[in-house]
Amino acid sequence: MTLESKVPSGPMDKRWSRHKFDLKLVAPANKRKHTILVVGTGLAGASAAATLAELGYNVQAFFYHDSPRRAHSIAAQGGINAAKNYQNDGDSVHRLFYDTVKGGDFRAREANVHRLAEVSVNIIDQCVAQGVPFARDYGGELANRSFGGAQVSRTFYARGQTGQQLLLGAYSSLMRQVDLGKVKLFPRREMLDLVVIDGVARGIVCRNLVTGEFESYAGDAVLLCTGGYGNVFYLSTNAKNCNVTAAWRAARRGAFFANPCFTQIHPTCIPQSGEHQSKLTLMSESLRNDGRVWVPLKKGDTRSPREIPEAERDYFLERRYPSFGNLVPRDVASRASKAVCDEGRGVGPTGLSVYLDFAASIERDGENTIRQKYGNLFQMYEKITDDNPYEVPMRIYPAVHYTMGGLWVDYNLESTVPGLFVLGEANFSDHGANRLGASALMQGLADGYFIVPYTLGSHIAGRTLAKVTTDHPAFADAVKASRDVTTRLLAVQGSRSVDSFHRELGMTLWNNCGMARNDAGLRSAREKIRELRDQFWSNVRVTGKGEELNQTLEHAGRVADYFEFAELLVIDATERQESCGGHFREEYQTEEGEAKRNDDKFQYVAAWEFAGVGEDPKLHKEPLTFEEVHPSQRSYK
Amino acid sequence: MSESINVTLKVWRQNGPGEAGRFETYPLENVSTHASFLEMLDILNEKLINTGKMPVAFDSDCREGICGSCGLMIDGQAHGPDRETATCQLHMRRFSDGDTITIEPWRARSFPILKDLVVDRSAFDRIIEAGGYNSINAGNAPDANAILIPKIDAEAAMDAAACIGCGACVAACKNASALLFVSAKVMHFARLPQGKPERETRVARMVAKMDEEGFGSCTNTTECEAACPKGISFSNIVSLRRESMRAQCSGRSTR
Repeated sequence: MTLESKVPSGPMDKRWSRHKFDLKLVAPANKRKHTILVVGTGLAGASAAATLAELGYNVQAFFYHDSPRRAHSIAAQGGINAAKNYQNDGDSVHRLFYDTVKGGDFRAREANVHRLAEVSVNIIDQCVAQGVPFARDYGGELANRSFGGAQVSRTFYARGQTGQQLLLGAYSSLMRQVDLGKVKLFPRREMLDLVVIDGVARGIVCRNLVTGEFESYAGDAVLLCTGGYGNVFYLSTNAKNCNVTAAWRAARRGAFFANPCFTQIHPTCIPQSGEHQSKLTLMSESLRNDGRVWVPLKKGDTRSPREIPEAERDYFLERRYPSFGNLVPRDVASRASKAVCDEGRGVGPTGLSVYLDFAASIERDGENTIRQKYGNLFQMYEKITDDNPYEVPMRIYPAVHYTMGGLWVDYNLESTVPGLFVLGEANFSDHGANRLGASALMQGLADGYFIVPYTLGSHIAGRTLAKVTTDHPAFADAVKASRDVTTRLLAVQGSRSVDSFHRELGMTLWNNCGMARNDAGLRSAREKIRELRDQFWSNVRVTGKGEELNQTLEHAGRVADYFEFAELLVIDATERQESCGGHFREEYQTEEGEAKRNDDKFQYVAAWEFAGVGEDPKLHKEPLTFEEVHPSQRSYK
Repeated sequence: MSESINVTLKVWRQNGPGEAGRFETYPLENVSTHASFLEMLDILNEKLINTGKMPVAFDSDCREGICGSCGLMIDGQAHGPDRETATCQLHMRRFSDGDTITIEPWRARSFPILKDLVVDRSAFDRIIEAGGYNSINAGNAPDANAILIPKIDAEAAMDAAACIGCGACVAACKNASALLFVSAKVMHFARLPQGKPERETRVARMVAKMDEEGFGSCTNTTECEAACPKGISFSNIVSLRRESMRAQCSGRSTR
């Protein structure tokens, strides 16, 4: 099988307009004959479900929370990018496009990124019309701030709760369609399988998390909007329930998984406090607008931060990257923090953290201004650490935050399984090897409001779709397969908890496939993952029954999938013998310790085809070409 | 301050909706004071699983106080003793060695218990469904700066929009009223020019839906505001009453 990206030809800035005209339309009277299954109700899922319903499709929305408003998009703090150039500071669609391609270390598809930059401006208009209360200046116009990897102010925000407000906007549009009878909600359902009939995605199997029943749903297309896989590392900034299960089970049914080794380690998270730690908490990148990152100049300096004079501090980001300073992209900032900690200059009880200091900006702008900008973040920090960041610097350390990799999709956001579309963080498409701050919200909403509503027509109008009901034997097969996994998990009756397996898997990945990776470590990690997986299936202890609300069983199913997926992640990281973005291979670095790409050999998307548990997956390559932004060694100096 | 404490937990256990529940007592030793309250429950659950018992079911997701999934009555207080703090942000340093901590689910007729500490809050979604939105379709919005919004109005709208839909206001209220939740959403839109076209129908429909869902009446005890993890102000309820009157007098409250 060859991967067809379906990227249109012609000038970059005309491609999306032309493609929209070329895409087949579905007449209004015909749209209502089609049922679309949307899995996940975060920014991508809620916006897609609402918009498709507005267009006239019948939509069924599935989510494992009690309410669609709880998806993890809600936790995004800092903001959303858009090329509005309201600040008159030189921004443009082309510049947002350029920054994103460069920020992704030249491993994203140019045409997708350009389209993202084009529709970014519509997103802000749409959200304001929905009633999203973005921050404003006294004249009543929208305010902006800066984010990493950009030298313009293009980030729109609602205090430190931008994701919450954007998701509540999408949720309100979704609930309007529920009110109008065009969307039906299925809460507390976990998708466990994709049903493929005659080579086309035609349904899903879910477990009802309240009753434990397996349920089948048939439709004319399936949209996976199920987020990223950061929790494979156990400790991450993702919500506890974020998981790879829906995407992975689709991968087992033939959807290729692209670039799984492109994981984002975010530089500014609250450090781990002990063994009880269940997850990590992000401190928004926006804080680097006003906070300065530093460590003591000397190793093993245990004085309290306020006792260390200016001359004995190393503001290492400002020193190494004078033109971007504290606002270098995430991958660069994380590696620099790790480097100073490795030198023994880290601070805090474990030596695994650096300072993020607001003293200078509080002195310059006053505590009140800082409180207005970041009040809720400072409060969150204080609740977790019991330290007051207005008085002492925050301590931060990098943590897993986002995954650029995901199911492979073409320009229409359709996976290698026809009729299966993948949106938002769950796909691989726009961020290359590193995502810039405030771009995830942009991508999720672009996919849902402005891209899939058009591209879905290529499938609905372009293919003959025979009528399918859940009586088709493929549904019974999929239900049986899902039920078998559950039965097996309950039958093991071993002596070790699901959580302890998950922690050990996460630690194995973090140590060998985290901020720095090398061939030997990756190979040993693969062995370790296989061993652990065998132990899991012979010794895991899942209490309770299948026919009830059973959170341990839910977790066990997700961890079982992580064990299969983790092996793929490590294989991808082993095969990509270069450093790019968040994928840092120690063997491939410049003399200054920066990531060193190998464009001759690795300028491609690695799309992996599942070949069975424990079998080597099959690699398919989609070569990347760059016509507008020429690959160069990224420099933020 | 000691780094670890011993506590005794009294936890509400209930196998399913409509079944009889009871308190179970669990001693828990050496809990780090740096652990969050839910991490403490994680530790309890690991212990229960390791002895072959069913862990305590509770909803939780982001553990950053923003998704609104978690919500426990802790010693009779919704989200526990700290002001403007969701259950997941509460830390064990707030408790002392030897404390007995009582943990219950939200108790309200409109939030039926599904299991242990997990309740069904879908009534909130149905209230939003009854008008908690602007009726606009994707694709035809004017430029975002076409309508200027005074900063003070945008900030006031944001104050109300910060609600996380956790249900603490209902759980804390002796009448199980949902008026703080409803008023926050009504006032978020009422303060923005984009919310004006449906201002009257929105408040009328959402309040009617709230009543239909069986939530109690508000009698101004303001316990809701005290329990709210996001500091949603009781003044929203005062404003909602005016919005309701205004809608009734306008003759525009039905669609």
